[in-house]
Amino acid sequence: MTYRVHVRVMPRSGLLDPQGQAVEHALGALGFDEACNVRVGRAIELAVTADSRDEAVTRARQMCDKLLANPVTEDYLLQVEVD
Amino acid sequence: MPRVAVVRFPGSNCDFDTLRAAEGTGADAYFVWHREADLRGADVVILPGGFSYGDYLRSGAIARFSPIMQTVQRHAGAGGPVLGICNGFQILCEAQLLPGALMRNAGLTFVSKPVDVTVERTDTAFTCDYDPDSRLRLPVAHGEGRFVAAPDTLRMLEAEGRVVLRYVAATERSPFQPNPNGSANHIAGICNADGNVVGIMPHPERAAERLLGLTGGSGFFTSMVTSHQDSSNSGV
Repeated sequence: MTYRVHVRVMPRSGLLDPQGQAVEHALGALGFDEACNVRVGRAIELAVTADSRDEAVTRARQMCDKLLANPVTEDYLLQVEVD
Repeated sequence: MPRVAVVRFPGSNCDFDTLRAAEGTGADAYFVWHREADLRGADVVILPGGFSYGDYLRSGAIARFSPIMQTVQRHAGAGGPVLGICNGFQILCEAQLLPGALMRNAGLTFVSKPVDVTVERTDTAFTCDYDPDSRLRLPVAHGEGRFVAAPDTLRMLEAEGRVVLRYVAATERSPFQPNPNGSANHIAGICNADGNVVGIMPHPERAAERLLGLTGGSGFFTSMVTSHQDSSNSGV
């Protein structure tokens, strides 16, 4: 079975996110004064072949822990669905 | 004379400068390609600056899995000296040979200029030729040099005296170039618990001879020779 994995990696809350600040500043300059707490992360998509959804989740989690996210500075969210 | 391996990754760009600075001390310095697994009898390993793998994903995140890094891990685990400069520092953090991480500069811009740092640790293989609390002017050139670590990690680094280089703090009318990137505790370089693995953001190889305008960085390279001779003399 092939599963589609969506990984959302975000800078850990509490850490300075200068990219988010810059985007927030730019939104304010465009008149979107209501925008606040902007944070910039990254999205990664991949396909995983696995026997079950649980196995796909486990493998995807290992990928995140080893490479896709930095455990010191980032948190991630996984979404796994049948491709 | 020590044998010094300068590891080259795709995207390394301070490799020749680093090799030249090491050779300037009389050391037997040579390149090792990241696909190799053998450090060829290196006494010292240097990971030079650059943009390994285009900084894709995160700086140093992919280089960390190059074949040579397993050998570098073993060399470090056996107490062998390892110096990571700039991208090399980022790789050492990603490889968990050093704690913490290096994040986007607080000011968002790539910073390329000389800064002033204090040498706080002078018993490592790369800083033993400096006097304690020496102040150096060294170039930095990075977009992601803001050192970040969990609060308890930062406390541990300070308590154990593992800050090797620290940017001077900004003060009014100071003639010194302060912290350029918002680094925690003004940290510019740290070492591991045993002191044999050192990572620094500034580029000593760009300040290692008079022609370059700055010479304060040469001590990093002469220290390698001094510590190698000391360890040879003591029969270690």
